[in-house]
Amino acid sequence: MRHFVIVGILVIAVAALTYVGLDTVGLMPIQASAQAIPVDWMWNLNVIAISFLFALIIVPLFYSLLVFRRKKGETGDGEHIEGNTRLEIIWTVIPLFVVLTFAYLGAYSLGETRRIDPQAMTINVTARQFAFAFEYPEYGITSTELYLPVDKQVLLSMTSTDVIHSFWVPEFRIKQDIVPGITTEYRITPTEEGSYTVRCAELCGASHAYMLAPIEVVSLSEFEGWVGDRLVEAQAAAQTPEGRGEALTKQNACIACHSLDGSAGQGPTWKGLYGSQVTLSNGSTVTADDAFMAESILEPQAKIVAGYETVLMPAYEFTEEQIADIIAYLQTLK
Amino acid sequence: MKNMKPVWRGLLLLLIGAVVGYAVGLGLDAFIGGRIDFVAPLGGLFALLGAAVAFFLGLVGYRGITRGLVFQVIGTLVGGFFVTGIRALMGLSTFGGFFFTEPAWVFGALVGVISFLVGVGALTDWFKWAKGEETPDHHDDPEGFVKYFGVSLDHKVIGIQYTITSIVLLGVGGLFALIFRTELAASQLQFLTTTFKAFDQNGLQFYNTLMSLHGMVMIVSILLGIAGVMNYLIPMLLGAHDMAFPRLNAFSYWIAVPAAVLLLSALFLGGFDTGWTGYPPLSTRSPVGIQMFFLGVFVAGWSSILGSLNLIATTIRMRAKGMSAFRMPIFVWAAIATSIISLTATQLIGLSFQMVMFQRLFDMGFFDATRGGNPVLFQHLFWFYSHPAVYVFVLPGLGVISELLPVFARKPLFGYKWIAMSSLGIALVGFLVWAHHMFTSGMNEYLRVPFMYSTLLVAVPTGVKFFSWVATLWKGKITTPTPMLFVLGGIIVFLLGGLTGPPNATVSTDLHLHDTYFIVGHFHDTMFGGYIFPFFAALYYWFPKATGRRMSEKLGKLHFWIMTPAFLVMTLSMMRIGLLGMRRRIADYDPMLGFDLTHLITTIAGYLIFTSVVIFLYNFFRSMKHGEEAEGNLWNSRSPEWQVPSPMPVHNYDQAFEVVGEPYDYGLEGSRYVEFAKSKKGN
Repeated sequence: MRHFVIVGILVIAVAALTYVGLDTVGLMPIQASAQAIPVDWMWNLNVIAISFLFALIIVPLFYSLLVFRRKKGETGDGEHIEGNTRLEIIWTVIPLFVVLTFAYLGAYSLGETRRIDPQAMTINVTARQFAFAFEYPEYGITSTELYLPVDKQVLLSMTSTDVIHSFWVPEFRIKQDIVPGITTEYRITPTEEGSYTVRCAELCGASHAYMLAPIEVVSLSEFEGWVGDRLVEAQAAAQTPEGRGEALTKQNACIACHSLDGSAGQGPTWKGLYGSQVTLSNGSTVTADDAFMAESILEPQAKIVAGYETVLMPAYEFTEEQIADIIAYLQTLK
Repeated sequence: MKNMKPVWRGLLLLLIGAVVGYAVGLGLDAFIGGRIDFVAPLGGLFALLGAAVAFFLGLVGYRGITRGLVFQVIGTLVGGFFVTGIRALMGLSTFGGFFFTEPAWVFGALVGVISFLVGVGALTDWFKWAKGEETPDHHDDPEGFVKYFGVSLDHKVIGIQYTITSIVLLGVGGLFALIFRTELAASQLQFLTTTFKAFDQNGLQFYNTLMSLHGMVMIVSILLGIAGVMNYLIPMLLGAHDMAFPRLNAFSYWIAVPAAVLLLSALFLGGFDTGWTGYPPLSTRSPVGIQMFFLGVFVAGWSSILGSLNLIATTIRMRAKGMSAFRMPIFVWAAIATSIISLTATQLIGLSFQMVMFQRLFDMGFFDATRGGNPVLFQHLFWFYSHPAVYVFVLPGLGVISELLPVFARKPLFGYKWIAMSSLGIALVGFLVWAHHMFTSGMNEYLRVPFMYSTLLVAVPTGVKFFSWVATLWKGKITTPTPMLFVLGGIIVFLLGGLTGPPNATVSTDLHLHDTYFIVGHFHDTMFGGYIFPFFAALYYWFPKATGRRMSEKLGKLHFWIMTPAFLVMTLSMMRIGLLGMRRRIADYDPMLGFDLTHLITTIAGYLIFTSVVIFLYNFFRSMKHGEEAEGNLWNSRSPEWQVPSPMPVHNYDQAFEVVGEPYDYGLEGSRYVEFAKSKKGN
């Protein structure tokens, strides 16, 4: 009996210490969305359960190792206890109820993360190797940055043009895969203004690690200002071929791989590319003229620039006018 | 060279073989590509094959495995050229960057596997039967270590063959992990950079290939490891002279060897960047390496399916007199539960991989959304095996824990029937939980909640095991030699793995945890606790049974005390950064996240684990010849195999035994588990 009392007290003490310890260390990143609240609530319940069960097993285990170890010179066996059906039933039935309760609470918290605000603004997300593009259909603008108004629910309507990707912002907690051929939903209500990063969480190829996009959560007025700026930009851009070309390269997230400032990226930089001499993987050189540019966009594998043999650029579909616009834009990048 | 020790002769030839193979590979590559590439895929592939063939040639001469490998190489070339010839006649392209085209590689690899089986001699008896010739029930194995390198029908030899192969793959998979773990020691790329080049892969792709192969090589290593322990032990524990189908048993082992060769060849044939899960559409875009990976897994699956069939038949038909279901050693229950899963679920991973192979080869659009296919369908098929598979990995390990605890606690196993039933319970519930890997996948949303319920149910039978183990220790007379240390380590590590499971099962929290390092830490805990620790415990415990010598306790304890803390630090660090935003399967991470120090610690811990395994290997191979002699009942166990001298005689028990009591009645005066027909001393 004495053993049980000591172990009982120790279990409670170790469980409490474990929970307080884990809680003090702080296990999660900051909580920056309304959906993070039910997730963190459920996580906390899990931590409580983990702390208690950890103590419940580890304490009697170490206690036995210490107290019931074979002392020097001792012979013979331990007590002949074959089992105890009542105990077995207890530690089957109680955990059964606990896990069913947990499953119920899990479903409840999942439901909380899926609460729908009918006013939510829809944003279309297109993922491709290795970039995200965001389209705001209500405003008719596109962007490679995701600007979100604080405390407003948005519905990201997501699809992929190539392989499976996943949309994850650790501070928002929720994660959703982006699958070619189907549209998946990601509902989020950011609650903290600031800069975040969306990180692709499903292995999507060689440069998966670098598939990121910036997120800015701003006040409603700032958001409207940003939208206004984009609209003015877009209107101005639409007047000239190079402006339209630049918009196209942003919409299609070309600049995720091709830098504009000469720095290295997944693909060759565009700075000073047009008209230059390019060495190909087979050792020959070509001039980066209109024909080469068009081919490189429509059929990227036809001629590969030396050093980029292992990067598989996806093929893009553009009209002739769009190609001309893009080339006009590339010509401006001296 | 005749006078050299076989091992040194093998190693010398290994070097020569590697160089010759490398030269041949470079030559072929230069012939096709018209340039010299020192890191050409064929150079690496032929160096590996040359080294393997030459090593075994030096070790055992041209027989058994050496012949098998030579046949495999020739078979692959014949099959490859056959398809290439047909393609030439059809006016299709004939040779590519990897020498053969993809269809030629796949067909060649398949012919290679069959050729291996012919060459090694795994099919010989069946061929003879087909011709109407008689074969003896048991071949006479050659004397000495040579018997382990050819086809033997003795379950003990096969068990050891499985075990050694498993340890070799464990080392290979571990080395892969060390390489990419080193890259992760600091943020930004250090050596697997975009300018790095090997086997047609840049650094990022090579990282992905190593990471993917680490996963699958370890899985195959585990499958072979449990098969080894089960093959060696089950007939002994049952009192049988061998398995029910000895030839099928040999076949199951030998088909795993060419499968391992295929898996490793993926590294050289452009690799693959999909992870071991091989999700399409990514896997439909990978280089030809992915086909070798798919085919390797497909072939290894045969080993699992046929091996488990054999094991179930043996357990049902060949138990000693008086051994009713609830008087079987508890490990047998675990083996049965595992075998039920292997026998009925392995087909699904084979099928799902085969469908991707066919999508690539024959342009069938199973998973191509543009043609009405569905990428998510693959995940259902894949996880229908691959989730139960984790129970295949851990149930035998948990069985080892249950088997050894009573011996070292000197107490009956607490709640024997409950533990036995919990294994079956885990196996059966395990079939109903697969979609918990897909909570974020975009599958129908209403599926998430039912799969959360079924997943959490796994906690109930698992809990029964933990409570029963602790109750077994309670009021025992506990000693802690090396096997018991690993048993205890296994319990603690598996506890951490088990406790970090429910947050992944409750959907809302999984939306955060999925595909992060939290998962990586969680499953390494389950794999180490459920397999690695118990596997080492089993090796230390039954080593004397196989060799008549014991491994060094001192080195064994050193192994344990380095591995356990290092491992705990490693997985706890992984979980910590996973919660904070570290994604899985990334070659590089953002320095802004501040994970550098934790990653460095994780890497150092990884090296420590590797060091401890090197100590184990030294102990293992040294003790075979130089270990302290231990021919009797070293651990004072009641189990039948310890009632006869070690090493075990060829046909196991000279006298049949009868079960006359409960298996684990430690502490009950005058009780006995087994009684030998002609009363022998001891027991």
